[in-house]
Amino acid sequence: MAKFTKKKDGDLPAVSTASLPDIVFMLLFFFMTVTTMKDSSLMVENTLPNASEVKKLEKKDRVIYIYVGVPTQEYQKVFGSEPKIQLNDKFANVDEVGTFILAERAKKPQELQNVLTTALKVDKNANMGLITDIKQELRKVNALKVNYTTYEGDAFNNLQ
Amino acid sequence: MRRTRENPEVHAGSMADIAFLLLIFFLVTTTIQTDVGLDRKLPPDVEDHINIHERNILRISLNRNDELMVENEVLTIGQLKLVAMKFLDNGGESVNERYCDYCQGNRNPTSSDNPQEAIISFSSDRSASYGMYVRVQDELAKSYHELRNREAQRLFGQDYVDMEKRYYAPETSDEVKRELKSRIESVREMFPMNISEAELNVSSKNQTP
Repeated sequence: MAKFTKKKDGDLPAVSTASLPDIVFMLLFFFMTVTTMKDSSLMVENTLPNASEVKKLEKKDRVIYIYVGVPTQEYQKVFGSEPKIQLNDKFANVDEVGTFILAERAKKPQELQNVLTTALKVDKNANMGLITDIKQELRKVNALKVNYTTYEGDAFNNLQ
Repeated sequence: MRRTRENPEVHAGSMADIAFLLLIFFLVTTTIQTDVGLDRKLPPDVEDHINIHERNILRISLNRNDELMVENEVLTIGQLKLVAMKFLDNGGESVNERYCDYCQGNRNPTSSDNPQEAIISFSSDRSASYGMYVRVQDELAKSYHELRNREAQRLFGQDYVDMEKRYYAPETSDEVKRELKSRIESVREMFPMNISEAELNVSSKNQTP
């Protein structure tokens, strides 16, 4: 009787998948740290202009966003094709900007209330009249720090 | 009856599936943050009357067709940076304590006295496009950065923009930050960014009786 049974040919050892969870967890943690939650879905066209002399908008918790642009296809039937303001998840008029800013400011912790920045995410084809009105509203509620959010790039591309 | 001393092994085969599920959830609901932009400060909402010499104001206006006019002359956007730099760097004040000793402009007495008093007034038509507006802002920022870089190079041997970048970088230590802050402030003081965008009626001394 043969003591040593010969292994069958072509029987590959199974690849150990024991470390797979670790790899996937590593990926998971990577994505959890470098990304941020989407806050609201866009209801307006939002092709930002380009600028080269930009600064990073750090510390997301100190930022209030205002979106401006032409409503997207599905909303155009109801809201027309003129540029509109989007605050959180709904369209708004210019005179609602002030109350929106005050409401958002009240939601933030006390120590941040004086250092808030308003990020204006405005489509590059919007007209300046609306922006001027928004800025006037911001001045009324004393939200003076604004950030014209842009893409980083050559500003030559803005006029197409 | 014999009992096995071994603990039953926890089945870890589905761990990968759970982790994948979480991973996919985070991939879908999050975005990589890429927010950059131009920081500006709006003037407070108070009516105050200021008296400024007309020569200290550079008037830029943008019309409904996105055309640019600077001091009654039609300019292309490419020329704006140099015109603004020339205006800011002029240093027309000749004697006394407001003389600008670091200015390298051509000391034209009909242009700005010194960079501290030079104001760029930028008004845009309501129908002008936002894209063009941002371009003008960008060009003005470029001219300020170039002048500030020049002075920072002369005083501290590094670019102003780099100093700012390092100041805002999270890995910079507090000690370095403090030093950078004082440097940045001193350069800012040399060329303060005075861009006025309100539909301001800057009444000039020349016109008021």
